[in-house]
Amino acid sequence: MSEEELIEEQLKRNIFLTTVDKVYNWGRKSSMWPVSFGLACCAIEMIAAASARYDMSRFGMEIMRPSPRQADLMIVAGTITHKMAPQVLRIYNQMPEPKYVLAMGNCAISGGPFSSYAVLQGANKILPVDVYVPGCPPRPEALLEGFMKLHDMVMNQSIATVSWYKK
Amino acid sequence: MTNEKILSKLKERFPEAVVDVPELIDFTVAIEPEAVTDVARFLHDECGLDYLALLTAVDRPERFEVVYHLWSVKDRTTAPFVLKVYIEDKENPAVPSVTPVWRGANYQEREAYDLMGIRFEGHPNLKRILLWEGFPGHPLRKDFENRTYTFEELKPTRPTGAEW
Repeated sequence: MSEEELIEEQLKRNIFLTTVDKVYNWGRKSSMWPVSFGLACCAIEMIAAASARYDMSRFGMEIMRPSPRQADLMIVAGTITHKMAPQVLRIYNQMPEPKYVLAMGNCAISGGPFSSYAVLQGANKILPVDVYVPGCPPRPEALLEGFMKLHDMVMNQSIATVSWYKK
Repeated sequence: MTNEKILSKLKERFPEAVVDVPELIDFTVAIEPEAVTDVARFLHDECGLDYLALLTAVDRPERFEVVYHLWSVKDRTTAPFVLKVYIEDKENPAVPSVTPVWRGANYQEREAYDLMGIRFEGHPNLKRILLWEGFPGHPLRKDFENRTYTFEELKPTRPTGAEW
């Protein structure tokens, strides 16, 4: 083959044509770090989703940062009591944008089986929730499906319209 | 010392404090609230009941009751000695604390104060333990309206500042 054809072949293998949105979103969704916020029994299922069989690491999420300053996803796993609710809000406020919230389990979605004086009836009363994963507790596979929905949502966002670049 | 012997010793030592001995329930004795410290000290020192397993409160229509389940570790009793205290005053129920006698009563008295509103005099740290100071009402009373609260409703009742 002539030289030009060789060069063309090499270029085809190493140069991609894409949009800024796609690359930006792909980078964001492939390594989304959750802040570990296991409050009650759903935390056990979250830990099971992070362990060997239902690996969360294939989504880039096995690093559960204990500090909210380094995280960009908050998995509210468990019952939010009224005593704990201001602290949940505090941790959410400390996360830098872009941040997402995933409500795991019936208690985080709407109070679950506990309609009592001590339980906040759902995380969406104090936080903006993006994905709801129902179940009591949801199976680890259900949590992974929730992650995939979140990834779809991230891929469909465009940097021209997102809220954190509008300030 | 078996529970029958403890019961008879208690009755002969404090005859004026014993209010009621329910016949159908084994080893239960009800006493006046003023006699609690003396009776507690007597049961701990002379009858050998050194383990307080349970301290709860009951809300009956005409009175509050505070229930203590006492076991003896040394004599290995098979059933608890149940001590009840009848509190007639439903507006400000108060009873002397048994924390100086049995240390395990510390957190349990705080829980009874938090959920039922019974004050324990002489308790070293009588604060609410499951809810926070300022929560409206005492939830486990019969006249507490059992409903859900929203975050905004409870916001003014929360403490602000460093202790939050």
